Amino acid sequence: MGDGAIDLAAAAAERRQRASVVARGAASRRRRWELVGESALEWLIRLCGVSAIVFVFGIFFFVLREGAGFLFHGLNLRQFLFSTEWYPTSQSNVRYGVLALIVGTFSVTTLAMLIAVPFGLGAAVFVSEFCSRRMREGLKIVIELLAAIPSVVWGFIGLGVLNPLIQKVFRVPVGLNVLNGALLLALMSVPIMVSIGEDALKAVPDSYREAALALGATRWQIVYRVLLPAAKNGLLAAVLLGVGRAVGETMAVLMATGHAVNIPHSPFDPVRTLTATIAAELGEAAAGSQHYQVLFIIGILLFSITFVVNFTADLVVKGIRKR
Amino acid sequence: MFTQTPLVRRKQRNEIIAKWIFGAMAVAMVVPLLLIIFHLVSRAWPLLSWDFLVTNPVGGMRRGGVWSAFLGTIYLVVMSLCISAPIGVLAAVYLNEYARDSWFTRIINLAVVNLAGVPSIVHALFGLGAFVIFAGMGRSILAASLTLAIMTLPVIIASTKESLAAVPVSFREACWNVGASRWQTIRRIVLPNSISGILTGVILQVSRTAGETAPIMFTGAVFFKKIPEGDLFAYNLRDQCMALSMHLYTVTTQVTNAPEALPYAIAVILLATVLFANALSISLRVYLRSRKKW
Repeated sequence: MGDGAIDLAAAAAERRQRASVVARGAASRRRRWELVGESALEWLIRLCGVSAIVFVFGIFFFVLREGAGFLFHGLNLRQFLFSTEWYPTSQSNVRYGVLALIVGTFSVTTLAMLIAVPFGLGAAVFVSEFCSRRMREGLKIVIELLAAIPSVVWGFIGLGVLNPLIQKVFRVPVGLNVLNGALLLALMSVPIMVSIGEDALKAVPDSYREAALALGATRWQIVYRVLLPAAKNGLLAAVLLGVGRAVGETMAVLMATGHAVNIPHSPFDPVRTLTATIAAELGEAAAGSQHYQVLFIIGILLFSITFVVNFTADLVVKGIRKR
Repeated sequence: MFTQTPLVRRKQRNEIIAKWIFGAMAVAMVVPLLLIIFHLVSRAWPLLSWDFLVTNPVGGMRRGGVWSAFLGTIYLVVMSLCISAPIGVLAAVYLNEYARDSWFTRIINLAVVNLAGVPSIVHALFGLGAFVIFAGMGRSILAASLTLAIMTLPVIIASTKESLAAVPVSFREACWNVGASRWQTIRRIVLPNSISGILTGVILQVSRTAGETAPIMFTGAVFFKKIPEGDLFAYNLRDQCMALSMHLYTVTTQVTNAPEALPYAIAVILLATVLFANALSISLRVYLRSRKKW
């Protein structure tokens, strides 16, 4: 009886021990799987981390790849960049000169910036310095909604609303012109200017404002004498990002600028931009044809322009952070 | 009180003038938004109904509704976010939690900034060259969604990075100190504390994706396609589809003799979709800010 009890106790102890060994084995196996899974995940995270670089190069590579054949063999670069004659589908004498398109893009963008910069930066100053907290929240929501309106809706507004309005106000026969596109682009790029500009103003240390207040300056004097000089890099970056947005905009200018390859002499002339040309003609050009390849070369040109603009904006912003 | 010298008076006058001018500039943004929405809705009013949303366009797109375009937009948005959201969030986790401040990280950040600045039509060219032609997907929902996904990726990375950075470092340190690994810390502490901010950014991209036209024009959207009404799975990923934004473009520029209210009604449906996503994102953010504990 006594022996039996000892046996039972021994068996129980043994069982417990075996169970714990099994458990420990399972734990270590789970541990190992967790570690493997974890390092796999970390590699996935690293992979995703570099995806942005891969995609930027991918975009450059694949757009160049489609246009490379003609770009390196046959395209007259001088004619391409300095001729205003864009006759991609001419039967007798095909000419690919994009100067008029470049001028078109820059005329619309410039006029848009002339309208948008004062409003955008003015609104940024108001939002960051002059208004109450509640009003600021409200204005920011409006800015966000304004930024959310799709570009094709803007284009439709250009066609349906601004076109007759411009005809009536300025007594011109056609309202689809540089001014129409510029007004739309101004409305589209104001939101980004306001939000980046506001960030720039907010980045000025409060001690600057306090010092000026202590000297008896009014808020306008603070803005004019202290904040604008201190935040000028950030404001410049805001403007540059607005420019980048305006240059790259497609649908609105496609629908609202009149679609005539033309060097404009006044805001009431119709023009065509680089982006609109690609959007309008890519559907018609046979895949692999010269015309098709030229459109991809225009894409490379656009990519380079916006790359330079954004890169500059980034450098300007970095300049502030360093200081 | 102090006596008012002419200098002080002038100063105060300038202050008031400046305030009004800047205020007018800010209000100048509110007015067009309201005018546009009011104008579009009032013109579209006669056509707007539930039937308009759930019937297909018929009669050379001059009659009927927008169902096939609406469903196509939903497909594109859902598909593209299913691709861009995981990649974007993981990329942001890498940039915020793993990457050191090195030249390589700086290049990644630069790439993100530049990817965000690439014009939408260049994305279209890329999608055409890479997905439609090189990968052999043809013009399909898949190719269009991938193109849209790459376009939204940098914005998702930026917004996610911001919400990850808002989680205090002390939270992470506390977690490391009890022996958690880097990934465990991210999984149990960083992501749960920032998930709502991340969601806000992702929902915001719904609005951007739904509105884009140029990137899908040549990669998967068609002028017209007939699908069975009422069937939510009417599109195959290999199919081309219609999209609201493309439909608006087509009806305004290619279709002649369309009833006057039709493009307005399409614009209102598109705008409503976009603004709904935005409103959702904004209210989520306001709610979160009120709830934040640290």
